[in-house]
Amino acid sequence: MLLRHTPKEVGERKAVSINPAKTCQPIGAMYAALGIHGCLPHSHGSQGCCAYHRSTLTRHYKEPISAATSSFTEGASVFGGQANLLQGINNIFSVYEPDIIAVHTTCLSETIGDDLPQIRKKAQTEGKIPDGKYVIGASTPSYVGSHVTGFSNMVKSMVEFAEKTEKKNGKVNIIPGWVEPCDMEEIKRMARLTGVGTIMFPDTSGVLNAPMTGEYKMFPDGGTTIDELKSTGDSTGTLALGEWCSADAARLLDKKCKVPCKVLDMPFGLQATDRFVDAMRTIAGVSVSEDLAVERGQLVDMITDMHQYFYKKKVAIAGDPDQVIAMVEFLVALDMCPVHVVTGTPGKKFEKRIKEITEGKGFEVNVKARGDLFLLHQWMQNEPVDLLICNTYGKYIARDEDVPLLRWGFPILDRQGHQYFPTVGYKGGLRLLEKILGLLLDRKDRDDPEETFELVL
Amino acid sequence: MVTATKKKMVQWDPADIKAELIKKYPPKVARKRAKQIMINEALENETPEITANVRTTPGIITMRGCTYAGCKGVIMGPTRDIVNLVHGPIGCSFYAWLTRRNQTDAGPDGENYINYCFSTDMQEHDIIFGGEKKLAAAVQEIYDLMHPKSIAIFATCPVGLIGDDIHTVAKNMKEKLGDCNVYAFSCEGYKGVSQSAGHHIANNQVFRHIVGENNTPAEGEFKINLLGEYNIGGDGFEIDRIFKKCGITNLATFSGNSTYDQFATAHQADLNAVMCHRSINYVADMLETKFGIPWVKVNFIGANATAKSLRKIAAYFEDQAFIDRVEAVIKEEMPEVDAAVADVRSRTEGKTAMLFVGGSRAHHYQELFKEMGMKTISAGYEFAHRDDYEGRQVLPNLKVDADSRNIEEIEVEADETRFNPRKTPEQLAALEDAGVKFKHYDGLAPDMDEGTLIIDDLNQYEAEKLVEIMKPDIFCAGIKEKFSIMKLGVPMKQLHSYDSGGPYAGFQGAINFYKEIDRLTSSKVWTYLKAPWQESPELTAAYVWE
Repeated sequence: MLLRHTPKEVGERKAVSINPAKTCQPIGAMYAALGIHGCLPHSHGSQGCCAYHRSTLTRHYKEPISAATSSFTEGASVFGGQANLLQGINNIFSVYEPDIIAVHTTCLSETIGDDLPQIRKKAQTEGKIPDGKYVIGASTPSYVGSHVTGFSNMVKSMVEFAEKTEKKNGKVNIIPGWVEPCDMEEIKRMARLTGVGTIMFPDTSGVLNAPMTGEYKMFPDGGTTIDELKSTGDSTGTLALGEWCSADAARLLDKKCKVPCKVLDMPFGLQATDRFVDAMRTIAGVSVSEDLAVERGQLVDMITDMHQYFYKKKVAIAGDPDQVIAMVEFLVALDMCPVHVVTGTPGKKFEKRIKEITEGKGFEVNVKARGDLFLLHQWMQNEPVDLLICNTYGKYIARDEDVPLLRWGFPILDRQGHQYFPTVGYKGGLRLLEKILGLLLDRKDRDDPEETFELVL
Repeated sequence: MVTATKKKMVQWDPADIKAELIKKYPPKVARKRAKQIMINEALENETPEITANVRTTPGIITMRGCTYAGCKGVIMGPTRDIVNLVHGPIGCSFYAWLTRRNQTDAGPDGENYINYCFSTDMQEHDIIFGGEKKLAAAVQEIYDLMHPKSIAIFATCPVGLIGDDIHTVAKNMKEKLGDCNVYAFSCEGYKGVSQSAGHHIANNQVFRHIVGENNTPAEGEFKINLLGEYNIGGDGFEIDRIFKKCGITNLATFSGNSTYDQFATAHQADLNAVMCHRSINYVADMLETKFGIPWVKVNFIGANATAKSLRKIAAYFEDQAFIDRVEAVIKEEMPEVDAAVADVRSRTEGKTAMLFVGGSRAHHYQELFKEMGMKTISAGYEFAHRDDYEGRQVLPNLKVDADSRNIEEIEVEADETRFNPRKTPEQLAALEDAGVKFKHYDGLAPDMDEGTLIIDDLNQYEAEKLVEIMKPDIFCAGIKEKFSIMKLGVPMKQLHSYDSGGPYAGFQGAINFYKEIDRLTSSKVWTYLKAPWQESPELTAAYVWE
């Protein structure tokens, strides 16, 4: 047994987190910043933070992740990191020539109280930021929230570019949240099908699923451009996908430029996608295309075909709040029973939403925000499930409990394809169903005795 | 002797390449980097001086990590029955969770915490009001849940800044729990200039708190410790297989697949064999001073290097039956290795490699490439010191700068009752004369050809330039470098974590490595980069139809 020291009895833990279902803010800020075209993320802290974030993002996306660091030493930690950041900005613009540097803080620079806006001002007055180039910053202390919070904070800092002119651009802003590059592409495709012009920010498609050409581009073709970010202030409205990832930026944009916003769940599964498409249609004043209606119909068709295999199957799930909320709703729609639900990110709202979604559906749900995989495993020992949905760390539990694992979320370190095959929208729903069914029936084929082993299922 | 590969080298003047690497830097950065890029003169013990173990310049995309990574990630991470509790916000513990591919078996006692990640998950409240109480409570909770024999506490950046006294917490909890050894590591990420400082801090505390704790006599005729082997991809398993076959008792590996008890018993070994000089030479020195155990440098990367290291160990024990047994093992293992080399060599001969990794690996792996007839045209370390490049003879002249001065050097004296010189000075001298050199490491530079480029703390910009100019057949570094190199159309092998391969140590490991490098450098997948219409754009569709 890999996790042999996990006892079945669930005891109260106040001080120690074991096998976390979250990580720290800066990595989210780094991922978000990669969604701006020509942007080099910069970690204002010791170089280990940057090394760890780059490593983890690289292992997940299987793409180069470029990011710089202030390389704090003990001296910088005592006297402040201003000199390091100023030098860093100068070196980055000289050597790597990005259009923009997106600085995020760390627990180190936050604890010593470095003031990013002030350092940026100093960089400006000292001429360290060339004309037409930009530096933005987000405060992302690792001891608050989670990687999701860091993502949200960096997206919020992008709103700084938004300008309100006299002329509307007729577009809808979409803040997709921390989803895969292919998910972002898929959301844009759905918007195109609906006939809605969009500005998506951040947008890692074309950045973190870039082609192999024999040429290395530190700044690939994808990503939201600065001009697009400026133009977000002239959009018709903003759709923020995910309360945790995207809502803060949308509300700030509303406040700053009076761009009305709507916060939606991330469009995973049937209903959340329905609400997204409906919102897009309403905000842009268009009718939904027949192509999209067909895609929806195909998803419903597959749901009805597969229902017999999903009905009453128990699921344990861990992941980030916006993803998990949408996925739990989808599972419930399939008549599956997500009985154990954990996110590592704090937020009582999460527990409330999960309880609302699962209420009256005929099963009791264990749910915890700021929970960990140790707790999820204990719950599974007490009430076994048919399927585990988790990032790669779930495979240790899955093996010990002999439960099929759907790798979904961040990080996925041992499989590939998540950058290329979306799970958002109706098409993504098909993919999720295909994967879940494959897992359940592979298990059945493995376990069925020879007498009842069947060709046709 | 001028070989074919050497001729290939003169296509470029190394001085021109060096100039190209630093051309774009602001003057201050260029001056600094120039000292870290050395054109090798390959004169034994007279290599030009390289600057190493100095700060990375802010904004330069370095390959380096932090002190915490060196301490928790590298040295303490691979131990299986010590609970590693990280005191800090969640990230540091999360990122060091199972990501280094340290393999382990649970052993007969079944105690194995390596698959777990423990953190105090400090919140804003803890940063403001202090985290000591939470840390003590976390130790208690772990003890109540799992009853480990030992809990190690690791400090992350904010812990040092807010002044949590982790050592007092550890001491108090050790007293309170009674049967659990608790100790702490002040390995805040901002200390030192790289992972290297973390290795040193880990060495100190392991020596201070664990080594020598178990005096129950250890069995075995030829007892050694293997220092600086981390069982990545199962390297340690392969080395242990060979040791067993030779009749060598490996009391403790520092620290691949290791246990608390192995460390505690290590003072009973008669020889320390040092693999990764950079990360662990401190423990080797301290074991010698306190207990009288000499150390030799070994290398189990490369089949010939493995044979050489085994012979060195055998020679040390001066037992003819043992020496014969080791020779018999080498004789038995080598035919399979030779067959594997013969198979790949027609394809790998004359190809070129670049290695930028670690504090030893960029040196050790050149052995394997050499065995395949491949040439290392540029190499360097991420976090090594000058002695790892130039040899230990430079040690007395090393300047201690502000960053190194902050890392504790512990004073060790001969143990009153247990100091026992394993060899007399005369015996040691005789062995030295016979070629068994003690406390000796020549470093990387003497093993590389004249005119090759040795580069310390290589960064992303320089890596890209080097590959563009010199077009190696393979580039070896870590995960962060992997895909930018591959985008250039050049095969890349991770030599920190081996991608998903290994073991590469010992005889079987060498065979694995030959096959892997053959796969990488002979594969046709790198020929697909251009579509037919990109290669011959002048052929129009209409023309073909006609």
